[in-house]
Amino acid sequence: MERSRREFLKIAGASAAVGLGARPMIEAVAAATGHQATPQARVARHPDALKATRWAMVVDTRKIESAEQIEKMVEACHKEHNVPMLENERHRIKWIWETHFHNAFPSQATDHVSEHLEHIGLPVMCNHCENPPCVRACPTKATFKRASDGIVMMDFHRCIGCRFCMAACPYGSRSFNFRDPRPFIAEINKAYPTRMKGVVEKCNFCVERLAVGKLPACVEVSDGILTFGDLDDPESEVSQLLKENYAIRRKTNLGTGPSVYYIV
Amino acid sequence: MNDKGKIVTGLVIFAAVVTFPFWYNLGKAAPPPEVVLTEKAKAAGECVLPKEEIRTEHMKLLDVWRDTQVRDGQTVYINAKGKAYTMSLSNTCLDCHSNYKDFCDRCHAYASTDPYCWDCHIDNPKEGE
Repeated sequence: MERSRREFLKIAGASAAVGLGARPMIEAVAAATGHQATPQARVARHPDALKATRWAMVVDTRKIESAEQIEKMVEACHKEHNVPMLENERHRIKWIWETHFHNAFPSQATDHVSEHLEHIGLPVMCNHCENPPCVRACPTKATFKRASDGIVMMDFHRCIGCRFCMAACPYGSRSFNFRDPRPFIAEINKAYPTRMKGVVEKCNFCVERLAVGKLPACVEVSDGILTFGDLDDPESEVSQLLKENYAIRRKTNLGTGPSVYYIV
Repeated sequence: MNDKGKIVTGLVIFAAVVTFPFWYNLGKAAPPPEVVLTEKAKAAGECVLPKEEIRTEHMKLLDVWRDTQVRDGQTVYINAKGKAYTMSLSNTCLDCHSNYKDFCDRCHAYASTDPYCWDCHIDNPKEGE
């Protein structure tokens, strides 16, 4: 079929006019039938939720006397969050665990560490850094720093299991689920979800407890070794403790700005 | 053009095979699923959203809940009627609907969807709370 240039332009012009005219129609129909968020429904905070702009923890190592004290914290945390206990050490999931001063503070440890520090273990966990390298490494924003209170959180739904965050974290605070964790949880806490194979997990500063007005599980059973509070509030217990005592943080030379302080 | 017969026969067989599922299942529409409500769900009387809405929109609601709860730290959802609920699949939804096999699974199987919520969220939350 032969078609003149003039004829072609006419048809093209007419089609464009029809297309443009149809758009408002289509939009009107889409708006009428599409999903509409219920406008009246709203979300809110729990009335008892604890508020802070920068959560932090202070570990008073002077109060640590035995490994059992730290064991108690680990148990409380792992029970609360359905952390499995795997036999194979390379598969093990850790949210909070005990380590020696030399390992926690490799650059501060000298040949002559005080006798007390030499003989005790320290509880270590995610430091909820001010400038978290894991967050920068995460390609899906599954791990993110909550702007409101500085907690470095994990959204397990989004984690694709690439483990870049594990490589990025200088504290080894993150664990990967190489296996389905459910069979290895002794007693499932049904109020908190478990994880599935292929996601990374770590300490979340008990975000789910703070949201309902409770302190972290480890702090509650720590016999005063752990103190939790708002660093931005000069009246808070953590601020007071840090004002009165000399405290160190892990690997500060890396510029991550940890939120867990150790009074030594 | 000597293979006309073969080609036509082949085409007929092909058409028959391709349409087999349609005429085999003719007049045998799968019955729509019936969900079983637990005593607790019955006692509650109403869901977070009206019945029709929750039936078609629950996945979108859960998606919003997930982001709001996990990422924004808001934990309470107040519906259009002004009733407050904790935004939690494990502790709110599955607390009433603790019968996964007779509730969630029925429609999901019918609609041939396979959500994996239960890989992490326990389908039978704490009793008697």
